[in-house]
Amino acid sequence: MSWLTRVRNSLPFAPRRETPDNLWVKCPSCNEMLFTKEYEDNLSVCPRCNYHGRIGADARLNQLMDEGYELLPAPEVQEDPLKFRDSKRYTERLKQARAKNPHPDAFTAAVGTIVGQKAVVGVQDFMFMGGSMGMAVGAAFVAGAERALEEKCGFIVVTAAGGARMQEGILSLMQMPRATVMTRRLREAGLPYIVVLTDPTTGGVTASYAMLGDVHIAEPGALIGFAGQRVIQETIREQLPDGFQRAEYLHAHGMVDMVVPRRDLRTTLSTLLGYMQPAKAA
Amino acid sequence: MISYLEFEKPVAELQARISELRASAEGDGIDITAELQRLERKSQDLLKSTYASLSPWQKTQVARHPARPHFLDYVNSVFEDFVPLGGDRHYGEDQAILGGFARLGGRKVMLIGHEKGHDTQTRLKHNFGMGKPEGYRKAIRLMEMAGRFGLPVVTLVDTSGAFPGIEAEERGQAEAIARSTEACLALPVPMVATIVGEGGSGGAVALASAERVLMLEHAIYSVISPEGSASILWRTAEKAPQAAEAMKVTAQDLHQLGVIDRIVPEPVGGAHRDPQVTAEALAQAIGEELDALSGKTARQLRRMREDRFLGIGVGQPRRRLR
Ligand SMILES: [Zn+2]
Repeated sequence: MSWLTRVRNSLPFAPRRETPDNLWVKCPSCNEMLFTKEYEDNLSVCPRCNYHGRIGADARLNQLMDEGYELLPAPEVQEDPLKFRDSKRYTERLKQARAKNPHPDAFTAAVGTIVGQKAVVGVQDFMFMGGSMGMAVGAAFVAGAERALEEKCGFIVVTAAGGARMQEGILSLMQMPRATVMTRRLREAGLPYIVVLTDPTTGGVTASYAMLGDVHIAEPGALIGFAGQRVIQETIREQLPDGFQRAEYLHAHGMVDMVVPRRDLRTTLSTLLGYMQPAKAA
Repeated sequence: MISYLEFEKPVAELQARISELRASAEGDGIDITAELQRLERKSQDLLKSTYASLSPWQKTQVARHPARPHFLDYVNSVFEDFVPLGGDRHYGEDQAILGGFARLGGRKVMLIGHEKGHDTQTRLKHNFGMGKPEGYRKAIRLMEMAGRFGLPVVTLVDTSGAFPGIEAEERGQAEAIARSTEACLALPVPMVATIVGEGGSGGAVALASAERVLMLEHAIYSVISPEGSASILWRTAEKAPQAAEAMKVTAQDLHQLGVIDRIVPEPVGGAHRDPQVTAEALAQAIGEELDALSGKTARQLRRMREDRFLGIGVGQPRRRLR
């Protein structure tokens, strides 16, 4: 038994980043213990099984954009418009999410370049209340699209969300047409809108801006769909097919253009932006 | 015979007493007219006061009442000369979302909406009003055609949500909904949407991204069903009444939030107690809205729609708590 195996075996069965000194992470897919540094150097993709781990907005922006990008200010929105409370107050849930996240809500946008190609990139962060789409996410999406219109550059959105933020009730639902107003404006302005679908992208997010891109890219293995699998199973009472609602499955069914591993995302986006230049007016 | 909802029990009991009294008086030759009138008035007052203060959960029951008028009822009671059009030209014909040419008091319109069905057979035929991708794609086709022929689009929304199934996912349920929402926003003609029963999530938004959004008095409109929200946030569907309350699903709440523009009154006791009166109120409201929009250019209409949605919820931004 090598010392590595020994150390590994002596570690408790813990989720990633909870091991002493955060030296190790465990792959949620193949359970392999990995050096945190090795894992992060590999863009939070498991080098053993190619599992694409969930990453925060800053990590994503750093991976995709050239150095020196500028974060767009998070728009101010009405907080807790419904004074919502379930087992906990919504304001309390927000506070907790903010304590663990450098950004005030689940959508962060930045303007800069990708291998020299100018773009606004918006990233949805699943770690912030499941990436759920509420007024703050909608407003940040609108602001990102507006900035792209101003800069006359492409808008790239990296999606990740369980769906709408239920604590904002109907106002979360209204973000669907709201975002769609902006994807239409981008198209009318002849600017590219590219969606990168990451794990998981479901519900109202999929049924609005995540499916309205000029080009759809999905990360390998990402869960992408409209209805949740449990809901589908309860409705039809059938076994779900293998790989159902996974990136490769969506690709096979014509819903995404390509499945691209994380290490190739940056160059893929840059290549696409190179082709998708605003057409000269006739 | 009307089916009573749980909270209407006192009214049902009164009505049962009235029937009993009537039956027992028959042949007795006793004049009970005055007593019957008194009880009828009492029953009517009780119904009125009950319906004046329905809770969100009670309204959910009313909105889902099996006898509540649905799309095909309104086709005959609100509109004339309906010419149904079918198919998405890609895959199939979805009977959960119906549409076609129609007239509303002389105005030519494109009418589109969800149909839930009213008995086992028709509910299965219409898939309980849960649209599939081909249904939303048919709606898109009809909206685009309405634009070309200058016909205002009128939608009647009544769905618990888009259908959650394997094939629906495979055929791109999410994309179909997103494109249908987009088709609404792109219309060069007026669009008036009315939530007549349940406005369930994305499946409703796809037909309700209009510049004027109306709701029947006891209809509900929400991001997720009260049961769904309860089972996720409260971890039990039994908390649905609380979820309905917390999510603000009623026409009255949504009007206050600026999400809908107008509430269409229902007769005392709900739309199902007098479908004709409901139809007249609906015809009048939609007609007035269409007339108010009739002079507007395509550009103005799109702008109205965009401003409407971009403006929702951005009334008073408050400082973010940290
Ligand atoms: Zn692995």
